Amino acid sequence: MKLTLKIWRQTGPTENGSFESHVLDDVSEDSSFLEMLDQLNEQLLKQGNEPIAFDHDCREGICGTCSLTINGYAHGPENSTTTCQLHMRKFNDGETVTIEPFRAKAFPVVRDLIVDRSAFDRIIQSGGFISVRTGSAPDGNSIPISKVDADKAMDAAACIGCGACVASCKNASAMLFTSAKAAHLNLLPQGQAEKDARVLNMVSTMDDSGFGNCRNYGECSAACPKDISLDYIAKLNRDHAKAKIKEIFS
Amino acid sequence: MNLDPQIPDGPIADKWDNHRFSSKLVNPANKRKYRIIVVGSGLAGGAAAATLGELGYQVDCFCYQDTPRRAHSIAAQGGINAAKNYQNDGDSIHRLFYDTVKGGDFRSREANVYRLAQNSTNIIDQCVAQGVPFAREYGGLLANRSFGGAQVSRTFYARGQTGQQLLLGAYSALSRQIASGQVQMHTRHEMLDLVKVDGHAKGIITRNLVTGSTDAWTADAVLICTGGYGNVYYLSTNAAGCNVTATYRAHRRGAGFANPCFTQIHPTCIPVAGDHQSKLTLMSESLRNDGRVWVPLDGKNCDKNPNDIAEELRDYFLERKYPSFGNLAPRDISSRSAKEACDESRGVGPGGRGVYLDFADSISRLGESAIRERYGNLFQMYERITGENAYKRPMRIYPAIHYTMGGLWVDYNLQSSVPGCFVLGEANFSDHGANRLGASALMQGLSDGYFVIPYTVGNYLASTGAGTISPDGPEVKEVLESVKERTSQLLSISGKKSARSYHKELGQIMWEYAGMARNATGLQKAIGEIQDLRDHFQKNLLVPGTGDRLNVELERAGRVRDFIDFGELLCRDALERNESCGGHFREEYQTKEGEATRDDENFAHAAVWEYKGEGKTPVRHKEELQYENVKLAVRSYK
Ligand SMILES: Cc1cc2nc3c(=O)[nH]c(=O)nc-3n(C[C@H](O)[C@H](O)[C@H](O)COP(=O)(O)OP(=O)(O)OC[C@H]3O[C@@H](n4cnc5c(N)ncnc54)[C@H](O)[C@@H]3O)c2cc1C
Ligand code: SF4
Ligand code: FES
Repeated sequence: MKLTLKIWRQTGPTENGSFESHVLDDVSEDSSFLEMLDQLNEQLLKQGNEPIAFDHDCREGICGTCSLTINGYAHGPENSTTTCQLHMRKFNDGETVTIEPFRAKAFPVVRDLIVDRSAFDRIIQSGGFISVRTGSAPDGNSIPISKVDADKAMDAAACIGCGACVASCKNASAMLFTSAKAAHLNLLPQGQAEKDARVLNMVSTMDDSGFGNCRNYGECSAACPKDISLDYIAKLNRDHAKAKIKEIFS
Repeated sequence: MNLDPQIPDGPIADKWDNHRFSSKLVNPANKRKYRIIVVGSGLAGGAAAATLGELGYQVDCFCYQDTPRRAHSIAAQGGINAAKNYQNDGDSIHRLFYDTVKGGDFRSREANVYRLAQNSTNIIDQCVAQGVPFAREYGGLLANRSFGGAQVSRTFYARGQTGQQLLLGAYSALSRQIASGQVQMHTRHEMLDLVKVDGHAKGIITRNLVTGSTDAWTADAVLICTGGYGNVYYLSTNAAGCNVTATYRAHRRGAGFANPCFTQIHPTCIPVAGDHQSKLTLMSESLRNDGRVWVPLDGKNCDKNPNDIAEELRDYFLERKYPSFGNLAPRDISSRSAKEACDESRGVGPGGRGVYLDFADSISRLGESAIRERYGNLFQMYERITGENAYKRPMRIYPAIHYTMGGLWVDYNLQSSVPGCFVLGEANFSDHGANRLGASALMQGLSDGYFVIPYTVGNYLASTGAGTISPDGPEVKEVLESVKERTSQLLSISGKKSARSYHKELGQIMWEYAGMARNATGLQKAIGEIQDLRDHFQKNLLVPGTGDRLNVELERAGRVRDFIDFGELLCRDALERNESCGGHFREEYQTKEGEATRDDENFAHAAVWEYKGEGKTPVRHKEELQYENVKLAVRSYK
C-alpha cells in the first residue's frame, strides 16, 4: 500500500511543533502500525533526516508504552487495540493518516510523538498499593476470595496505564485510569484496611496533576484498549463520597 | 577469575537456613548509611528495590522505560510455579527442585535451585497479600494449572497476564517506597558502564535518554537486574528495548559471563510474516494444554485449507514421538520437532515455516465458551496479528527465541565475579541450567528480588562498611569519560547504514548458525561474519542528530554495538560446548533418532568467559557442577 502520513514533529517540550507530511510506499498489509513507522524512519534516515521519535517497547499490547492519536482516535480506530497491535490491513491504499501525540496538559510532549505520563506514577505512589512488608504475608489460601470478586478485580487490574483515556477525553480527565487502579485493590479483602485513605489520596493527587474533571462523556472507555468499564468511575465516586463523609465525622 | 560458588555446608534442605543464620546483619540504624544501586525495575529489580528500600537502605533504581511498571516482565503470560501442593497431586519442594534440575538438563547449580523451590511458596503468599488477582476456583481458593513439562498442577496464573499482575504487585510495593523517599526512581536512564574502585563495584554510568546527559552514580553495591539478551537474534519475543548492554558492559569490567549459548526457543510463537517484522509474538504455552500440534503427513497438502485435510492425513508429531508427554513435551524438544517437520517441507503458512496448533478437539469436547474463557485474549491477539480466527481454523505457530538461560556468572549469594556487583533475574545464569521450564522465570526473578538479595547483600555490606565513593573521584571520572568518548565515536562515523539494518543482519547470522541447531562449521562461519559485520559497522554506521537530547538512533546504535560483540561470544561458547544439552543442540552430538546427546564426562560445568580486552580472544573458565541430590540421567520424555 501507499500512504500519506501527516505527522506531528516537535523537538522539545518548550519548542513549537507542527505537522510534517511524508509519502510512504510499499507498506505491507501484515505489518503493524509501528512497523510502518519503522519503515518510514528508515526512509527518513536514507534521506538524511532525523527519524520520528515515538514510544514503544513490548509491541504486543501489554506494556502500555505505545501511544499515538491516529486519525483523531487514541490508539487508532480499531476497538480494544493498542497502537502496536493495530495492523495496516485496517487502512486503505492511498489513504492519508494523521498521527499526533496523546494530547493533555498533564502529559507534556517530550519529543515528536513521545509524551511524559509520569503523573500516572504519582497517582499510584499516593495510594495505589497495599502496605505489606516482604516476608510477612499469611498463606495465600488463608483468605478465600470469591471467583466473582477476583474476576472483577482482575478486570480492573488489566489497565495498562497507557493514557488513552486521558487523551480521548475532552477534559483530559484521568478518572478511568485512577478508578481502575483503585477498584482493583478496593474490591479485594486485602485492600480494605487502606481503602478510604487510598481513594482520598489518589483522587487528590489526580486533581493536583493537571487532569480535568470527569463529566461522564464516556469517550475514555470507548478508547481504552483494555475495555476498562465506566462502572469503575461510578464506584470510585461512591467510595470517595463515603471516605469523605467518614473523614468529616471522624 | 574467582569462581568459588560459595555453596553453604549441610544437607541441601538446610543450606539456605544455615546460610541466613551465618550471614552478617546490618544494624537497622545503620542501613540508611548504605546506598544501593538497582538497575532494572522488572520482577527482579522491582522486588529488590522495594524490599531493600523497606529495610531502610537508600536505593537508586534505574530503568530505560518511562515508568518502572513497563519492564518486560509485564509480557509474561502463562504463570508462575510454586510448590504449594494445593492440588494434593504429589508436588513438593523436592519435586519442584528435581523437575527444575532435570528440565535444565543437569547444567544448573543444585543448591541455588533448591533454594528457589523453597522460596516459591513464599512468593505466592507475598503476591496474594499485595493484591495480585490470581485465578480462583469457585470455592474461593487459588486455582492452578499444569504447564509445559510438568506432571503436577503447580502453576498459579492471572488470566493470560500473570507477568503483568506480578509486576504491578512489585511496582506497587516500589511505588510505596518511592513515595516514602527510600527509593529514588530514575526512569528513562540507560546504564552504559560499571564503575569499580579497588576491585569492588561502586557505581554506574548512565545516559539520561531525554536530556542526553551522561552521569555517574555511586553506591556501596550495584544490583544488575536488566533481563535477558534474546534480542541478539533481532527477532525474538522480547521487547524492543531489551538489551545486553548493562550485562555486557559489566562483563567488560570483569564480571564473568556464563553459558551465553544457553538460549531458549519457545515453540508457540506466531510465525514470521515478512521482511517488515520487528518482533515475534508469543502465544502462551498454556495453549498446548488444549491444542494439538500437527502438520500434514504429506508436504503436498501444506497449501490446503487445514480443515479440509482428513484426520488420517495429519501427523500429530509430538503425540507420535513422545507418547507420555505428547503436546506438553518440553520447549526445546517441541521446538526442534517443529523445525524438523518444516525442514522436511511439511511446514505451513508463509515460507513454509509454521505448524498447526489445533483446538478443534477441545472445542468439541469443552465448548467454544470454555476455550474462550481460558484463552480469549490470546485468540484475539492472534486474530489481530494474522487476520485469522483460531476458533475456526487451527493457529499457525513456529518457534522463536524467547528466553536466555545464560547470563552473568553469580555465586550462591548472587554476587558476580566482581565483588559488590550482584546480578538478579534473567540477567544471571544460575537456576535454569541449559533449559528453563515454563513458569519458572517469574518465580526466579521474585525469589531473587524479594527473598534472596536482602540477606546476601546485607552480608556483603556488613563486611565492607558504608562509605560511598564520591562521583567526582578519579576512578569514576575515568569511566565516565570513556563512556562519553564512545558516544561521540558512534555519532562521528557518519556512514550510510542504520543501526537497525546492522541489527537485522546480526540476527540473521545468529538465527542461521546459532539458532535451534548448531554445528562447528556454521559457528566458525558465524564468528567470521560477525567480525566482518563489526568492521562494517565501525565504518558505515549512520546516527543522525546529536548526543545532547533524546536520540533514539543513538540508543539503538549503542545496543547493537554490544549485541555484535556479545553475539560473537555466544557463538564461541556454542562452539566450545561439544555436546547437546537443553537449548543448545549441536548437530554433531545426537543419537540416530535425532535426540540430544549430553556429555556429562566433559561438560557438567558452567562455562564462564573472562573478557580480555578489545579484539582479544576471551578466556573460558569452568565451574564444575556437583550433583549430590539428583542422579544425572538421560532426559527422557518418551
Ligand atoms: C512474551 C514472554 C512471555 C513469558 N512468559 C513467562 C511465563 O509465563 N512464566 C515465566 O515464569 N516466565 C515467562 N517469561 C520470562 C520472564 O517474563 C522473564 O524472564 C522475567 O520476567 C525477567 O524478569 P527480569 O526482572 O529479570 O527482567 P525484565 O522484566 O526484562 O526487566 C529488565 C529491567 O531492566 C531495565 N533495563 C534493561 N537494560 C537496561 C539498561 N541498559 N539500563 C537501565 N535499565 C535497563 C529495564 O528497564 C527493566 O526495568 C516470559 C517472557 C516473555 C518475553
Ligand atoms: S484505563 Fe484504559 S485507556 Fe486508561 S490507562 Fe488504563 S488501559 Fe489505558
Ligand atoms: S508497545 Fe507495549 S503496549 Fe504497545
